[in-house]
Amino acid sequence: MKSAAERAKLPPADVPRDGPNLTGEELETKLSTTWSNPPGFVGWLSSVDHKDIGRRYVITALVFLALAGVLAIAMRLQLARPDNDLIGAARYNEIFTMHGTTMMFLFAVPVMQGMQIYLTPLMIGTRSNAFPRLNAFSYWMYLAGGLLLWIAFVLNVGPDVGWFAYPPLSGPQFGVGKRVDIWAQMITFTEVAALAAAVSLTATILKQKAPGMSLARMPIFVWATLVTSLMVIFSMPSVALASGMLLSDRLVGTHFYNPAERGDALLWQHLFWFFGHPEVYIIFLPATGFVSEIVATFSRRSIVMYPIVVMSLVATGILAFGLWVHHMFATGLPRIGYSFYTAASMSVSIPTGLQIFCWIATLWEGRPQLKVPLLYVIGFIFTFVIGGLTGVMIAAVPLDLQLHDTYFIVAHFHYVLIGGAVFPLLGAITYWFPKATGRLMSETLGKIAFWMIFLGFQLAFFPMHIAGIYGMPRRVYTYPAGMGLELPNMLSTLGSLVVSTAVLLFVVNLVISARSGRRAAPNPWGAPSLEWATSCPPPPYNFPHIPLVSSRTPLWDAGEKLPVVHGLRVEDRELVLTTVMSAEPDVREPSPEPSPWPLIGTVATTAMFVCSIFSPWAVLVGVVPVALALTAWFWPKSPRLSGSL
Amino acid sequence: MSLRFRNSTALLALAAALWGCNREERQTRGKPLGETATAAMPDTVYPGTGNAPAPDPRAAQYEGNASAIAQGQMLYNQMNCVGCHFHGGGGMGVALMDGKWRYGGRIDQIVASIDQGRPNGMPAWRHRLTEQQMWQLAAYVRTLSGQERKDAVSARADEVSNTPPQTQTKREPLMPADSDEQ
Amino acid sequence: MRREGLLALLCLSGCSGAQTAFGGQGAEDANFIQLFTVFMIVCTVMYLLVSAALIVAVWRRRRTAMVVEDCNHQATSGVVRPALIGWTALIAIGLTALTLVGFFTDRSNARNGSHPQLKLTVTANQWWWDVEYDWADVSKSVRTANEIHLPVGIPVEVTLKSNDVIHSFWIPNLAGKQDLIPGRRTDAQLLPRKTGLYRGQCAEFCGTQHAQMALDVTVESKADFEKWYGAQLQTAPVPKTPLQLAGYRYITTRECASCHNISGTSAGGQVAPDLTHFASRRSIAAGTLPMNTGNIYGWVADPQSQKPGNHMPTIGLKADDLHGIVAYLETLK
Repeated sequence: MKSAAERAKLPPADVPRDGPNLTGEELETKLSTTWSNPPGFVGWLSSVDHKDIGRRYVITALVFLALAGVLAIAMRLQLARPDNDLIGAARYNEIFTMHGTTMMFLFAVPVMQGMQIYLTPLMIGTRSNAFPRLNAFSYWMYLAGGLLLWIAFVLNVGPDVGWFAYPPLSGPQFGVGKRVDIWAQMITFTEVAALAAAVSLTATILKQKAPGMSLARMPIFVWATLVTSLMVIFSMPSVALASGMLLSDRLVGTHFYNPAERGDALLWQHLFWFFGHPEVYIIFLPATGFVSEIVATFSRRSIVMYPIVVMSLVATGILAFGLWVHHMFATGLPRIGYSFYTAASMSVSIPTGLQIFCWIATLWEGRPQLKVPLLYVIGFIFTFVIGGLTGVMIAAVPLDLQLHDTYFIVAHFHYVLIGGAVFPLLGAITYWFPKATGRLMSETLGKIAFWMIFLGFQLAFFPMHIAGIYGMPRRVYTYPAGMGLELPNMLSTLGSLVVSTAVLLFVVNLVISARSGRRAAPNPWGAPSLEWATSCPPPPYNFPHIPLVSSRTPLWDAGEKLPVVHGLRVEDRELVLTTVMSAEPDVREPSPEPSPWPLIGTVATTAMFVCSIFSPWAVLVGVVPVALALTAWFWPKSPRLSGSL
Repeated sequence: MSLRFRNSTALLALAAALWGCNREERQTRGKPLGETATAAMPDTVYPGTGNAPAPDPRAAQYEGNASAIAQGQMLYNQMNCVGCHFHGGGGMGVALMDGKWRYGGRIDQIVASIDQGRPNGMPAWRHRLTEQQMWQLAAYVRTLSGQERKDAVSARADEVSNTPPQTQTKREPLMPADSDEQ
Repeated sequence: MRREGLLALLCLSGCSGAQTAFGGQGAEDANFIQLFTVFMIVCTVMYLLVSAALIVAVWRRRRTAMVVEDCNHQATSGVVRPALIGWTALIAIGLTALTLVGFFTDRSNARNGSHPQLKLTVTANQWWWDVEYDWADVSKSVRTANEIHLPVGIPVEVTLKSNDVIHSFWIPNLAGKQDLIPGRRTDAQLLPRKTGLYRGQCAEFCGTQHAQMALDVTVESKADFEKWYGAQLQTAPVPKTPLQLAGYRYITTRECASCHNISGTSAGGQVAPDLTHFASRRSIAAGTLPMNTGNIYGWVADPQSQKPGNHMPTIGLKADDLHGIVAYLETLK
């Protein structure tokens, strides 16, 4: 191991490498040339920089959030009064399907992955992520899937069978036209995108941590990223399989979900929820990562009981795969068998309870500063705990049988997903905004937006618990007067208007601050983790020298100057790889150049996927351009790069 | 933003979906309402290759319309068309999967056959079904021999079926029923 | 008594509602209310604990200077560890207790249906309910639609089937929901404890008109039930006035009869709701419209404007035919 470390430090002299002799401005100019995107629009399209891709992911996801938010307002206006006729039944069904699908597949998961793609290499002190071109491909696939769905919706071919698309309603007989096919193929796009990003993130975390950053010294956000990426890898194939079988039922008349031919309508539900339940944690765990980072920074102390927080993350990630049947308590599966899933569903609140304990203990032991990011964390705990507790309620079969598929559930999962994931996300955006743009967001606007979102949220979603208990099922475009539903629905509609105004205010704050916010120093919050060791915004190469880590909070412990390692080439893209557990320097690894081929590959794949909605032959013919694009993508690099190691 | 549209996905999806506008249109009421429309007249019966009347303009709103075909599929089962024609293969009634049509294979001609009934057992459905329902049935019947666009038909129903999926049915050339006997 | 006080507090306005899980008129729903109350108390206590800890944690050092206490930023005071152990124990014990309470409530619910004295089959269709009371002796069976009548205090077993997509059978005042899945048979056990008029509704998204797929439920005394059942066994009355006769002729010879059944007449369609005792029901089209003459007119004249997308076509009736049909339908008590 020592020799490996020395090899990293004592390079042969033939090529220029960073080190005591090559540092400061000279080094930065050279690294800039090496790591920048090619000029022009084509260069922009060819970018494989994780910061570009992460930013694109986040911005695109926020656009989808806004679109799905508009749909939410439309639904709330329709439901404001009983027997309302603002939106008809068929249109309403399309709208709630689009809302759910967009929020889950085009906003929540991608925005979290976008943040992870942006932050992970910075937090673990490396120049790039593991498979930059795959990463770029992931973004383009995600964008293509989102466009497919939304263009279809605008042109009146939007799906209308719910974001869960249960057959037989989504099957060939009852899912009329191509609406469901577009939904199912959009799933394929986002699954490919999510898997590609997850593979890249996992490899980055396991092999590219800065020397000295053993697993036990990784920031908790990176742990959360590792756990969610592994969850993506294990859960997404299940839904890709399910939607593939659905497409095949619909296109070539197979019988996977046809009970008359010994298929089974419930098979879909098992496969879908085997993915769908972990999906919730794929959204929630990165948020707990945000919370852990923000709590530590603004309490001015490192997180209390780090090992417990990490173990909780891992435990949640594992338990999440054992809960899916609690979405199916009303389907008439053997009743005793439900007890197992009740127990598993209950037990998943233990690790979450421990994490909440650790955050509160950190605040307790620290000196909390009530800046906007911490406000969001506090709002998160107040809100999320309600969602968690209603989750405990619906884990019990007798309660679930009444509450299942009512507005109580709608309230529950919005408390969990907005309270548990969007609040931390907004805090995280405020927190890392200076890192990405070099400017701080306005505290005043931020605080106003926070209070409006927090209070408006409670107004919008708390009454839904009551509407659900008073017998309001989900996914109804109207409800009769005289059932006691008028007041809760009116309150929800008012609350949703407050929330949407507040989100608009948040966006205004983003735009104003990006143009004219206060300039940020490299570490404006006095935070402990590595992403704050480089300038705001970071240069294309992230760090002039790769940092050397010897604790969990390097910037708090290193004193004046962060120790660094030397010896990476500056004229070629090169990374230092370290061992998985203890992060000993292992090898130097070239990193791919920018390339337009991931985008071209996406175009080819998109053509194949979209055409295969209409004809099975498209799969056969369509693989040819995909194969050509992949060949060009993987064409060996020039000898200069690979020769002189 | 303009970049998004550079992506040729957009164009592809656009093409696919524009195609869909008509296909996915849902008419909950037939237009025009039954009271004002006259059904196909008896003179549309013309065995062999007689002169067909001008096509009925209402055909456009049912041909290739996914929801009309789906309604027709439902009615085909509910009205027990299966009882004689089976899933298109024919039995007691004529086969509907081939391209042979004694009384014309155009949608309005099929509507006329449903409406008026035909010799050898085909009952007249006039006043037993609404005109809209007959048009929907006719649209579905045409999918059995592959006459309708493949992106509007359903691959199969949720039932035991012994026919190939209709999305893959080859389009049979239309011809009068007695043509191969000549 | 105390429980009812708490209940009144929980449901400020909707207690008398015909469709509420806080009704408690069925054995299973009464169990639900009990169990919900237990969970609510435990969860409230936990929530207050977390909130109090969070507020104190943020408040106690809010004015101290913001310095990372260099090497000290990892030190934790001695109370954290015991507090963590206590907290974990509290969660674990609480969850175990709740799981067990939930489990035994579920067992108790399962016992409700162990000796059913009345059996019926509910078949869901897009978007209406087909109801059959099953007896070994077929002549005693009754078929109706979009309504069920139940005698109070008698355990009932409901067999659930679906003809098309997945639906869910839910009468919140009586019991929790149960899905109806094509290709499968599920069942629900009901034990109504109080007479009254309730409303059930489909709770699984089933297509365009999922929102308008309700079920009128009448829980009545045994005598009333038998009276109702006796009436249901009768065939449709013979039309009396010329107008009714005209309606009768239209219905039995024209489009209506292709789908609807009216016992005692030649209308024998099996794919739409049975109309034999149509006018005795509380609503039209699975709870879409209350039953009255105006609504029958509206529905028969143009069902597609009342419940867009449903499978009953708009016929385009002439006014005379419409008058006759409504007059005849109103005799079907």
